[in-house]
Amino acid sequence: MSSYHSAARLDEARRVAIFGGTHGNEMSGVMLVNLWVQNNTEVQRKGVEVQPFITNPKAVEKCTRYVDTDLNRAFTPENLSTLGGGDLPYEVRRAQEINRMFGPKGSPEAYDVIFDLHNTTSNMGCTLLLESSKDHFNLQMMNYIQKSIFPASCLVLLNEHPLLKYSTSRSVAKHPVGLEVGPQPQGVLRSNIFESMRDILKHALDFIELFNAGMEFPPCTVEVFRLSERIDYPRDDNGNIIAMVHPNLQDCDWEPLNPGDPMFQTFDGKTIHYQGSGTVYPTFINEAAYYEKQQAFATTRRESLVASAIRKA
Amino acid sequence: MEHTSFPPLSRVAICGGTHGNELSGVYIVKEMQKQKVEKIGSVSVISVLSNPPAIDVCRRYTETDLNRCFSDAKLSSTLTDSAAYEMRRAHELNAQLGPKGGEKAVDLIIDLHNTTSNMGVCLILSYLDWLTLHICKYIQTKMTSAPVTVMQLNDSNADGYSLDMLGKHGFAIEVGPQPHGVLRADIFNMMKRTLDFTTDWLQEFNDGHIFEGGEVETYSFLRSVDYPRDASGQITAAIHPQLQDKDFTLLQPGDPMFLSFSGETVKYEGEPVYPMFVNECAYYEKKIAFHLAEKITLKVPSISVKN
Repeated sequence: MSSYHSAARLDEARRVAIFGGTHGNEMSGVMLVNLWVQNNTEVQRKGVEVQPFITNPKAVEKCTRYVDTDLNRAFTPENLSTLGGGDLPYEVRRAQEINRMFGPKGSPEAYDVIFDLHNTTSNMGCTLLLESSKDHFNLQMMNYIQKSIFPASCLVLLNEHPLLKYSTSRSVAKHPVGLEVGPQPQGVLRSNIFESMRDILKHALDFIELFNAGMEFPPCTVEVFRLSERIDYPRDDNGNIIAMVHPNLQDCDWEPLNPGDPMFQTFDGKTIHYQGSGTVYPTFINEAAYYEKQQAFATTRRESLVASAIRKA
Repeated sequence: MEHTSFPPLSRVAICGGTHGNELSGVYIVKEMQKQKVEKIGSVSVISVLSNPPAIDVCRRYTETDLNRCFSDAKLSSTLTDSAAYEMRRAHELNAQLGPKGGEKAVDLIIDLHNTTSNMGVCLILSYLDWLTLHICKYIQTKMTSAPVTVMQLNDSNADGYSLDMLGKHGFAIEVGPQPHGVLRADIFNMMKRTLDFTTDWLQEFNDGHIFEGGEVETYSFLRSVDYPRDASGQITAAIHPQLQDKDFTLLQPGDPMFLSFSGETVKYEGEPVYPMFVNECAYYEKKIAFHLAEKITLKVPSISVKN
């Protein structure tokens, strides 16, 4: 083993959680976690404590994204420290509880890894969500997953944008990993989507087991899509949308969008073109939950990140 | 078959948002209202957002499914103070567009819906009616870009529970697949085109055109199949990948139906049938994984307007 790149020594990942139902109508995660809460054999690994957990049970019961406010935006420092008890929105109380159980966020006691399971109505296939370009553990895990499922593919979306980054439920952990699989309508369980997510998790847990057992992972390059901009629907003065994602852009997540390409189509059939300065890679195209967040799609730019060799300390 | 004539169709209602998260119809009606569309040729048009509070929160309904509130029994029931919003709204719509079965009812109701199922353009008739069957036949000939299927629910007038029952004639245009809460341009365009062909037909009909008799292939509802569930009512399997998206494709005995979470395949046993509404989101709570139908070819007589 060459010592040209000496491996970064990282703590073992002893405590791992799998979150489902952070959005109560994203069914793959709800069903997988329910399955594993009843019988966790499939997710057990030597040297790891794996806890499957439903984060938003009230929303799951109503098969809705959230009850009062989006749980996956609720883990802000203000929310986590605020007092107010029963007066607080349900999801803020829930965030505080989750922070107590799996955090505290930012502290040495926090869980090592949290996998947060999501679905999207967008045609994103299997996507891994990364919150920091400097998380070499996560980068190595994502590289391992990609190699393991090849020729099936799994892309990496990096959200490190100072303004667009948000406080996710998984951010309580030292290494937060989001799994986003689509397209799947909210409230619907598609077998192929369910099995894809299950398969990715299997490889992710295998990686953790190998790492904890002392395996060294050599340096690797991971291609990521870095979140750049959020593009809203064209709206009228009253805030009503006046155009739809263009048929040429619909379902084309991760494909290059060039200046001049069709972007939206008005209700009477006119085309609105993309006016950016260069080629971008759109994602989250026509996600149902983002209409209220003023987002028709997000743009990303391709980047290669180098992960250093890692090995347990 | 003997030629049949009908009075002119002068008042037509186009309804969207009967389910508040089925967005093609919501936006088609919103556009019509924005453009103040009140007449299309010889036909006066009433455009209706059926369930505004559900549309505002982008949910199917607020208290109870509006599109199950139009049976004779429900429309004639007295409303108490605790009546669900949708029950009250149904009575309101009955007064505005009906009364169901009455002389003052609008001539035709077209109710716009979306489904998460892969059903393409599907025209749904609650009961058999030569006039609406002719509209379906016409749309099928004109829509060259996508197949159009015709579904019949076989309800009696009294039991017919859907909004389109309020008019003298009525049918639903159901287009999928589209997730609820999502507006897809391709699905919107297909629904718009289907609606335009319908209003074209109405013009021709009112102008005296004789529509030749012929045959219409329909899918006639037989029964529903629920998901396999455990003792606590939780579903234990998903629609099998080989059945997913195969609406209106023949299902034969021995074909896969469900794939359990533990990897077992549940196979279909029974006569060859046609599945429809496969994996419709809103039907999980109604304990329906999919409907089964038989294909029936109906003969329709020639029809024209009664002068």
